[in-house]
Amino acid sequence: MVLSWVFTGILLISILFSLILGNGNALGAAVQQGAQSGITLTISLAGSLCLWAGIGNLMDKVGITAFLSKLLRPLLCRLFPSTKKDAELAGLLSANICANMMGLGNAATPMGIRAAKRLTDPRHPQMATDQLCRLIVLNTASIQLIPTNVAALRVSHGCSTPFDILPAVWLTSLCSVVMGLLAAFVMGKLWRHD
Amino acid sequence: MTDYIVPLILFVISAIALGKKENPYDLMLAGAADGLKMLLSIIPALVLLLTAVTMLRQSGAIQVLSGFLAPFFNFFGIPPETAVLMLVRPISGSAALAVGADLIATHGVDSLIGRTTAVMLGSTETTFYAISVYFGSAGIQKTRYTVPAALIADFTSFLVASFSVRFLGL
Repeated sequence: MVLSWVFTGILLISILFSLILGNGNALGAAVQQGAQSGITLTISLAGSLCLWAGIGNLMDKVGITAFLSKLLRPLLCRLFPSTKKDAELAGLLSANICANMMGLGNAATPMGIRAAKRLTDPRHPQMATDQLCRLIVLNTASIQLIPTNVAALRVSHGCSTPFDILPAVWLTSLCSVVMGLLAAFVMGKLWRHD
Repeated sequence: MTDYIVPLILFVISAIALGKKENPYDLMLAGAADGLKMLLSIIPALVLLLTAVTMLRQSGAIQVLSGFLAPFFNFFGIPPETAVLMLVRPISGSAALAVGADLIATHGVDSLIGRTTAVMLGSTETTFYAISVYFGSAGIQKTRYTVPAALIADFTSFLVASFSVRFLGL
């Protein structure tokens, strides 16, 4: 529903601006052009996206995800104290976070949802707990180590070194996750009496 | 040397898989098939959204909007051209991809704006989608401070992405 409003809003804004600026020609041409570029973009992304989805699946099955989740266990126990009493929760959380790091969103979501259900408070089942808020913040900030869709987008526009943005992506992701968690911690203290 | 990283990743994980008596070729085929299905499922959205975004650019609205917002964005060191990307990023992944593709095509893949766009796309998620999926399936109605905290993380991404491309030369 949100996208219907966004889409209609964009159309209205485009028509208004082109009336004011007097470039109806360009606007009319843009309709066909834009639709066609949707297909062109998809085709130019297809090769590298497919390849990386294949590599991602192989990395997962070879045990890299499991290795990552072992490395992350100590950190997880600090962020989610409930894992000390709940071994299954610990497994679900580390699997969710590691699948996100590997860019396997489809694998991450079901495990994240099961973890989220275990993090609710039975006394207030409709209210988000501090730990649940932290899990959501971890899932809304990108922690993907190799953003393959962005690399594919760069390749499709003629870039020969699509991965040279990785250091910047890692620095940015790290700062954003830390800031998100910090904000959650601070607001968690302030929001106590809700 | 960096030229060898991706080919080596391919070789090493295939070799490890063989060593573990797995079947790397079939595993990659299965993953690639899933990737193709995912791609097919976003084509309709990409066609509609790129139509909308191309109209927005050709009408001149994007240029006027970024000119209008320039003082605010320049204060934070964020390229004003990325304004539309920042607005749609938390709402829709396909829309962000469409806007990002438009920005990269317009300004060049290795321009300051092109690289900042790529870093922004690579270091953020579709915040509201994730929130609705998780809270929806866990039956949560009081989300407390989740939305502001997640949006603070997103804004940090936009800031640091601009900073690291502009000043650190990453």
